[in-house]
Amino acid sequence: MRLAWLVLLLASYMLGPATPGLAQHPARHVDEEQVHTIATQLRCVVCQNLSVADSPSEMANQMRAVIRERLAAGQTPGEVVEYFVDKYGEWILLEPRRRGFTALVWLIPPLAVLIGLGVVTLLIVRWTRRPPAAPTPARLDPAMSERIRREMEAEP
Amino acid sequence: MRRLLRWLIPLSTLPVLVLLAYGFRSNPRDIPSPLIGRDAPSFTLTAFTGEPISLTAHRGRVVVVNFWASWCYPACYEEAPVLEQGWQQWRERGVMVIGLDIQDTDDKARKFIADFGLTFPNARDVTGKVSIDYGVFGVPETFFIDRVGRIRLRHVGAVTTDVFRTTVERLLTES
Amino acid sequence: MIPEIGQGALLVALGLALWGGAAASVGGRAGRPALIESAQHAALGVFTLVTLAFALLVYAFLAFDFSVRYVALNTNLGTPFYYRITGVWGALEGSLVLWAWMLALYTLIVVLRQRERARELYPWALAVMFVVLAFFLLVMTVAAPPFARLSPVPANGRGLNPLLEDTGMITHPIALYLGFTGFTVPFAFAIAALVTSRVGDTWITLTRRWTITAWYFLSLGLLIGGWWSYHVLGWGGYWAWDPVENAAFMPWLTGTAFLHSVMIQERRRMLKLWNIALVILTFSLTMFGTFLTRSGVIASVHAFTQGTVGVFFLAFLALVVLASLVLLAWRWYALQAQGQLDSVVSRESAFLLNNLLLVAAAFTVFFGTVFPLLAEALRGVKVSVGAPFFNQVNVPLFLGLVFLMGVGPLIAWRRASPENLRRNFLVPVALGIAGAAVFFLLGIRSALAVLALALTLFVAATIALDVGRATRARLRGGERLLSAVGGLLIRHNRRYGGFVVHLGILLIVVGVTGSQAWSVQRESTLTVGETTELAGYQFRFDGLQASEESNHFKVVGRFSVSRNGSRPALMQPTKKFYPQETSPIAGVDYTLGLWEDLYLVLGDFTRDGRQATVKVQVNRLVTLIWIGGFVLTLGTALALVPERRRAA
Repeated sequence: MRLAWLVLLLASYMLGPATPGLAQHPARHVDEEQVHTIATQLRCVVCQNLSVADSPSEMANQMRAVIRERLAAGQTPGEVVEYFVDKYGEWILLEPRRRGFTALVWLIPPLAVLIGLGVVTLLIVRWTRRPPAAPTPARLDPAMSERIRREMEAEP
Repeated sequence: MRRLLRWLIPLSTLPVLVLLAYGFRSNPRDIPSPLIGRDAPSFTLTAFTGEPISLTAHRGRVVVVNFWASWCYPACYEEAPVLEQGWQQWRERGVMVIGLDIQDTDDKARKFIADFGLTFPNARDVTGKVSIDYGVFGVPETFFIDRVGRIRLRHVGAVTTDVFRTTVERLLTES
Repeated sequence: MIPEIGQGALLVALGLALWGGAAASVGGRAGRPALIESAQHAALGVFTLVTLAFALLVYAFLAFDFSVRYVALNTNLGTPFYYRITGVWGALEGSLVLWAWMLALYTLIVVLRQRERARELYPWALAVMFVVLAFFLLVMTVAAPPFARLSPVPANGRGLNPLLEDTGMITHPIALYLGFTGFTVPFAFAIAALVTSRVGDTWITLTRRWTITAWYFLSLGLLIGGWWSYHVLGWGGYWAWDPVENAAFMPWLTGTAFLHSVMIQERRRMLKLWNIALVILTFSLTMFGTFLTRSGVIASVHAFTQGTVGVFFLAFLALVVLASLVLLAWRWYALQAQGQLDSVVSRESAFLLNNLLLVAAAFTVFFGTVFPLLAEALRGVKVSVGAPFFNQVNVPLFLGLVFLMGVGPLIAWRRASPENLRRNFLVPVALGIAGAAVFFLLGIRSALAVLALALTLFVAATIALDVGRATRARLRGGERLLSAVGGLLIRHNRRYGGFVVHLGILLIVVGVTGSQAWSVQRESTLTVGETTELAGYQFRFDGLQASEESNHFKVVGRFSVSRNGSRPALMQPTKKFYPQETSPIAGVDYTLGLWEDLYLVLGDFTRDGRQATVKVQVNRLVTLIWIGGFVLTLGTALALVPERRRAA
């Protein structure tokens, strides 16, 4: 039994403080949901691609504590997020801002979908208009005869 | 002319390939600090030796704030002697070196300090609030603060003697 | 000595691959069977040599040969036996060996199976396979040699990344690589078709099985990756839109588009250009994926390393993309469409929309993944594009695809008459709308969840309708129920295999919807004996326990979980301390259920073990995702059954 405690002591590479976050009884009641929501918007800086809400790392823990504290001190969620952006830059936001240069990343994909839709519509319209039996053209220009030659060679 | 349009297809991929090649020049983990040129956030912590450390107490001196951890191998191990030497050389000339230990345990930190014989003040940032205040991503990170309290440089990774000396010299010679 | 043999084998294999590529292409062009035969022998030689190299690497791992740097970095004396085998592909160099081995195997299979069936295309396809093989062998010879020596020889190795010590580690890379390398074959035949100008259906028919199999393994790899993330990484999620996850997802999206659009080419002789472009795009995206993982250009969970390897991969990616698209442009006129559509409302249109949505989704994922690089290049700012972006932009596209899953299989080719529409869709649409109302009344307020579930209901109804009608027809013909259904499945195995696959996808959609909409979590700090509560479950902290394992130190948190006074079950999340890692690895404990998973992650704890922080999650419907994957497997197997000769 004593050995276990000894070993436990030796094992503590990364322990939290002796009195972990619970000791900080906030000045006002903090909604954990709010903490969680804010934490989902911030990138955990020592992880790869995890939010502060999801990350099990110590740094994320500390960041959540900071969020909690700031909310308890009366800051709005927006202000808390801005605090982190102030310290780390926009990189810490998991969702790029919708204004400024990053607006591009929000605009271009829907634009691509619209363009694609336009192309598909054009193709469908073009294809439904083509008559079932293609009439032989009155005149055969060189490009066309070249194409015909190639196509006839190509098809097995 | 229309026959040439089809060559646009392979050509259109060139910008993407160029962009990917550009990626080699940038390090995705190298995030610039927004704090450069701004007032250094103040802090007050208790050193391992028991006395308080406060940033504002050193206004008027060039302050080097170094974030480290005992498990940060090899970088923190490389720079600890550099910092200690810098401290010894420059302390009489108006330079302050403060070490802040983050995400660590008390005994491991003390062992680190003892092993490297660090004589400049070191404190443990228990809650991590100071490191977050400074926008610290990982260890080691070193901030060079000028005499009026503004952050002038953030160095990510082990500090070298060269970086230490040139930065400190530059900040000292400013009026 | 042995490492040198291994490295030498790879070098000789490189030479053989280069020779094989040259011989096959010259033989194909000049019509010289002798050269092609020589290339075939080269394929056998390459396979033998790469197998030898692979075996030697495994041997080095098993024998603790720390003189080989790759072994020293990825294993140590405490690494368990089976992880010493699977650890072989745990990092860059070994993963390349695995990839090359699969490529060599596939090349050999192509030789054995296709040489009689595709006389004109075969030499060129073989040449392309050799070129790709040669590239990987080149990287292993020059940039990332697996057998590079380490001097002085360390007494002990560093050890495998502890996150990789898991069963998922055994299967995930294998499945994923089988998928990636599998797409090389359709690509090779597409290039062969372009070179020989035989751009009809031959290259598609020949590679149909390859495409389905590669697609399946890619799907499997993605699902296993999700499973591994879910039960190992300790954050309770299965998909993070991490750049390397995206890199595997993009070829899956375009591969799915390809799977569907070839059906149009088969039926209507249209979209030849598009199909070739799609397979080129899919293969390019697999190369892009390996480039991302190995170049460190974008930070990610998986990034193996930085260095010259990345340059090699970018160069090869550029070669693949430019060469194949130049070929495409060259053969442009041979690829023009011959067919036409009779009506906008038809299966062809549904498939075109399907392709549009899938490719748009792939584009979105690509753009989002690459955008940080773009922002830095153009504006010098560092931004990040994370999960919230991908979720928001992609979800509408995916919902549209679910809808099309219901429309596509039932709507008529060429022209869907109002009669056809009514017959096939009236009931499912009505069911979907009714379902939406029911869900809303049941209390589901998330509009997205209601929509997703209603669409799922709609698609399920269409499938049931089709199967039901066909079965009824057979029953009327005098068959018994079981043999009617069985006969249906076997006779039209492609169609019904597709239906089963769609059912699997539906299960996954429901699972994703449920887990996103209704999972809850809570983080609490407890002293021994204290209880926290979530979603009707009570979690009591019983204390900590420490133990020593072969290569790490483990702290176990003991929790009793009960529900409404039921007998408590024990859950033990852990924190493992590996000497070679700077921070401890959280091991989650979970209880899986059909509808709910309980998920516990141990956070910090005090030194005396009296207090611990624990994150508790109740995840809903996640198990449906894994079940969906299983159903997907069944459907794919069904679709792959060889076509029987029609009975009279």
